[in-house]
Amino acid sequence: MAETATTAQAGSGETRRDFLYLAAGAMGAVGAASAVWPLIASMNPSAEVLALASTEVDLAPVAEGQRITVTWRGNPVFIDHRTPAQIEQANAVALDELPDPEADEARVVKPEWLVMIGVCTHLGCVPLGQKTGQSRGEYGGWFCPCHGSHYDTSGRIRKGPAPTNLPVPPYEFTADTTIVIG
Amino acid sequence: MSGFQSNNGVIRWIEHRMPIFSFLDHSVGSEYPSPKNLSYLWNFGSLAGITLVIMIATGILLAMQYTAHVDHAFESVERIMRDVNYGWLIRYIHMNGASFFFIVVYIHIFRGLYYGSYKAPRELLWMLGVVILLLMMATAFMGYVLPWGQMSFWGAKVITNLFSAIPFFGETIVVWLWGGFTVDNPTLNRFFALHYLLPFVIVGVVILHIWALHRFGSNNPVGIDTKGPQDKIPFHPYYTVKDAFGLGVFLVFFAAVVFYIPNYMGHADNYIPANPLSTPAHIVPEWYFLPFYAILRAITFDIGIPFTGVVIIEAKLGGVIAMFGAIAVLFILPWLDRSPVRSGRFRPIFRIFFVLLFIDAIVLGYAGSQPAEGLWLAIAQVSTAYYFAYFLIILPLLSVFETPKPLPTSISEPVLRGGGGTLAGAPAKPMEKA
Repeated sequence: MAETATTAQAGSGETRRDFLYLAAGAMGAVGAASAVWPLIASMNPSAEVLALASTEVDLAPVAEGQRITVTWRGNPVFIDHRTPAQIEQANAVALDELPDPEADEARVVKPEWLVMIGVCTHLGCVPLGQKTGQSRGEYGGWFCPCHGSHYDTSGRIRKGPAPTNLPVPPYEFTADTTIVIG
Repeated sequence: MSGFQSNNGVIRWIEHRMPIFSFLDHSVGSEYPSPKNLSYLWNFGSLAGITLVIMIATGILLAMQYTAHVDHAFESVERIMRDVNYGWLIRYIHMNGASFFFIVVYIHIFRGLYYGSYKAPRELLWMLGVVILLLMMATAFMGYVLPWGQMSFWGAKVITNLFSAIPFFGETIVVWLWGGFTVDNPTLNRFFALHYLLPFVIVGVVILHIWALHRFGSNNPVGIDTKGPQDKIPFHPYYTVKDAFGLGVFLVFFAAVVFYIPNYMGHADNYIPANPLSTPAHIVPEWYFLPFYAILRAITFDIGIPFTGVVIIEAKLGGVIAMFGAIAVLFILPWLDRSPVRSGRFRPIFRIFFVLLFIDAIVLGYAGSQPAEGLWLAIAQVSTAYYFAYFLIILPLLSVFETPKPLPTSISEPVLRGGGGTLAGAPAKPMEKA
């Protein structure tokens, strides 16, 4: 009787102890992770940073062929009132010539208004081409001076180290010549 | 602990309750025996330690005057320069202290590379040193952002953007690092917090570094183990006085730069307030990052399966991997160089490749300061290839194929032979297994 009890206890005691170790360890890990999560998440953009997430722009004063820069979430946004020639140039490109294939109509709401985030997709510099007299690169769009990326009249990467096209932010026309970005 | 004696009653009273004086004596005093043949290249460890103290002291004073806010940071630094009593001096010491810290540490590292100080039994000591280097780089980078000038801002933007190269999570990680959608006020605030924190983490790792050092003591220019007390002298007063002399020389150079050319190693663009809408024509990091910047930019090609167009590693990610790999390779260096001979003095072929590595690092630094195109890009690519080849190919091969020169029987032998020739006839041991 005593013998049986001891054996049983010894046998089951081992497994019971293993189970307790595992369960306590797992519980501790879950607890530690859930305690650390708020600390890590606190470094993500805060509510008031997120609240600044939309910008209204009046496009009426922007003449054809003119480019303006506005700020959205701290980043420059390029708005280009494109000429028919520039639109045609953007449409004339075969998609398989592009490093990041994307049709021009997929990048615009109205073809004459090109709206993009003016941050080079390579390492975050602001490309040139917004002001008169600045280099527009080999494709008549934008040129990033940091590491030599060339963008075309649709803001698509054509040459240089940038991996993707200049991103198009979410925006909509609230009136004929007014957009809200974000 | 037997060696410590004092006539001072207060010291004896404290020592009895907390043996800190004997601890210090064993750490940097007369009870710490060091090889008697250490050259001036062995000054740079203590110089680095002193520079760290200078940086922390001036940094704390600057933090009392600085405002970590995008609207005020630049002006608060200008206020330090113009209005705060001796603010100009403290800031110039701190600013140039960073450069001198790297000069000292780079010499310290190259000394270790030449004399094989990374080899057994000092691998952990070496690896802790690499950790210190990484922490120093992070600290220096974040410190450079604080004045919120054009180079501060754009340097921060380009370097944090490197993390966007990480597959799948890149964008999420970058937004988390920024605390926003670009480098902005939250970024400046956290960089200030971390810039204040990391130096104390460095102090902690330095203590571990010294702890590991004291286990086997310093390596020496001959690279063989000390054979007994006749090969050693007490750290105090012999090396304390030598370190103090070296410190004096160092401070002459340091003061010359602080007082006469304080902006020589900086960039004029950083005296223009940060403008998130306008990138400077030519972004360059501080000089001490240039070799790594050159390696980053040298990878201009995608790495994939040849002839299939399948890209495994995009150029951008490849550059980031190469840059971090340039440091990571130092961690495994003790296992790449298997030669049992530590000191480069006895390794004729190693010596040539080592000199080439030194030149290579300088060429990389210069290439990093030039636009990454044309000839300089090609030079950076060749230099990057040599940098990695040195560690990953040349050292492992030399371990097998190089025949080292005969080692002296003790560290005293070469010294005495040079001095009086009394032991000129002593037979040289062919080779020693470390």
